[in-house]
Amino acid sequence: MSTRSLPPTPAYVLRRIGFYVLICAITLFFAVPMLWIASAPFDASPGLGVHWPDWTLENFRKTLEHPYAMHSMVNSLLICVTTAVAVTAFAALASYALSRVRIPGRDALLYGLLLLSSVVTGTAAMVPIFVMMFQLGLIDSRFGVALVMTGGLLPAAIFILKDFVDAVPKSYEESARVFGASTGQILRDVVLPVARPGLATIMVWAFVNSWGNFLVPFLLIRSIDKQPGAVLMQTLTDEGGSVNLQVLPVFSLLFSIPVVVLYLLVNSRYGFRFHGGIKS
Amino acid sequence: MAGIDIEGLATVYPNGVRAVDGLDLHVADGEFFALLGPSGCGKTTLLRTIAGLEAASEGTVRIDSVDVTRVEPGKRGVAMVFQDYALFPHMNVSENITYPLKVRRVAAATRSEVASHTAGELSLQGLLERKPAQLSGGQQQRVALARAIASKGKVLLLDEPLSNLDARLRLEARTFLKKLQRDLGITTVFVTHDQAEALALADRIAVMDSGKLRQLGSPREVFARPTNTFVANFIGSTPMNLLPGKVAASSGVEGAPRPTDTTSSQNGSAASSAAVGLVSVAGGSLPAATFSTPVGAEVTVGIRPEYLTVASGDVTGPALRGIVVVAENLGTQSLVTVDCDGTLVGVTVPEETEPAPGTAVALTAPATRVLLYDHDSGELLARQPAPVA
Ligand SMILES: Nc1ncnc2c1ncn2[C@@H]1O[C@H](COP(=O)(O)OP(=O)(O)O)[C@@H](O)[C@H]1O
Ligand SMILES: [Mg+2]
Repeated sequence: MSTRSLPPTPAYVLRRIGFYVLICAITLFFAVPMLWIASAPFDASPGLGVHWPDWTLENFRKTLEHPYAMHSMVNSLLICVTTAVAVTAFAALASYALSRVRIPGRDALLYGLLLLSSVVTGTAAMVPIFVMMFQLGLIDSRFGVALVMTGGLLPAAIFILKDFVDAVPKSYEESARVFGASTGQILRDVVLPVARPGLATIMVWAFVNSWGNFLVPFLLIRSIDKQPGAVLMQTLTDEGGSVNLQVLPVFSLLFSIPVVVLYLLVNSRYGFRFHGGIKS
Repeated sequence: MAGIDIEGLATVYPNGVRAVDGLDLHVADGEFFALLGPSGCGKTTLLRTIAGLEAASEGTVRIDSVDVTRVEPGKRGVAMVFQDYALFPHMNVSENITYPLKVRRVAAATRSEVASHTAGELSLQGLLERKPAQLSGGQQQRVALARAIASKGKVLLLDEPLSNLDARLRLEARTFLKKLQRDLGITTVFVTHDQAEALALADRIAVMDSGKLRQLGSPREVFARPTNTFVANFIGSTPMNLLPGKVAASSGVEGAPRPTDTTSSQNGSAASSAAVGLVSVAGGSLPAATFSTPVGAEVTVGIRPEYLTVASGDVTGPALRGIVVVAENLGTQSLVTVDCDGTLVGVTVPEETEPAPGTAVALTAPATRVLLYDHDSGELLARQPAPVA
């Protein structure tokens, strides 16, 4: 640089200071809950404030002994694994068909599905869904919950996955076909492996979405021993009715682990790739 | 044995495009056959119809004398290399090459044997463990070829096999491809839009336009005697001169000129003394073989720049006379553009012999090299059999 920069003016310095103070305040605002989740579970006297913990594992013992806490985790896993697998399987088949077969009005169909999907699991459709599940005898069933969540996630999953499948060149399949591969062999040897990052992304996305879903299980499940973690969390109170501050922080921590682990796993293997949008 | 016979073949896409439109072709066993034409003329579609990836709408395809028109691609005994090579990105080179064998459930030991053998044949040793993404363009192309060869098809189909390579590599790969085809002796059909590539590689060329066959012949025939102005325009790295002209005499013109200082053409001797016809073109005239078109008829005169000779001395007999406008260096020769009475005529001369712009020159050509096309249809006018001398 040929010209030396002038010394900053006081107004400029003040503006910068103000700016960084604001950034710090915002960061703190979002960091506090994280810090709480990191510290409260290990604190002998957990409260709603954040402070350096008085190290103990007593809270963990309490949580493990809680009659429903760990059981609800198992319920969550059951529901979410079922949902994730079903969403991935159905979305894979649907998106492959939609990508490879010329169907008149295909794009309109996709957009329609996407539009409706926000309604299907949304609050608006809850009454009809409840009635339907009631008539099907699927009230108070974890399978029923997984089914409703699958239905809600499928349109978006198909939409995203179709993009992945579209990106698999047709010539891969055609090449395999010329060499005599059957449809099954083509799917197994070529399409699935090439689309695997997309499938993994969708599976994790479906898992995470159903893991945090409160409304559907809250409405469809009555017995406390079938409730998933997302619903149980709000009932973690002690005998007096106030929040059970020994179990809740530990439960929150445990509840967040599967999601974090899944993200890390898929991200390290494939990296997340969302494209979005329809190509024709 | 494994020839390809195509009869009345048409392929119509669902959107109504007749990409292949009534084609008859025979590819002989062991032949290296080129499908040549401008982009969008239906070459890929024809190749895909032979492979069975597109269904023929009309006509038949026979491979090795077996009608395969309605046979699955995998059961036709064809191997195909796609324009994008279509290498499976998740398989390494060895797995890619032997995928056709895996499909047929060939034992793993045999497969790895074939992989290393084929890789050796195509100079891919040491790359067997790599993924396609870790290969250069030329290597990817050879892996695609290796995979096609390993599948042991009776017929090899190549869609623009060289178009994804850069110019220098393309020449290398061209030589490689020709040698490989010769060594294997496998019937090969390859698609290209590059006339130089087709001329260099093929035993025979089919020139296509809008789904139709425009000419079928050896590279020499297609280059020297295009049967219509479309092919004349398309073939040749310097475009053929296509000039409006008029028949001046059908035959009997004696003694076409012998160029005084011979330059590019050595093909003139045979025709120079025979009885020939004459066409007037661009303010001058050129000799032409005897033909039946009546005197005075309008024709299009086709003459390649390579077959025209610049005569600086005095010329007697039919010639074009004009002024040199510009000379373009093409390496070992130059393309000289001559203004002949308002018509621009291209002529190639050897390097360092270019006449300076503004020079008056005379252009001569042997009668056998002057082609006459119908003014309206653009079809080559038939020559009359030369009278036996
Ligand atoms: N899948 C398709 N659907 C409809 N029309 C197509 C399709 N593929 C190619 N065409 C059309 O058919 C014609 C021939 O295409 P193609 O065989 O790919 O030409 P080339 O390989 O000679 O460039 C073109 O006009 C093209 O637009
Ligand atoms: Mg093409």
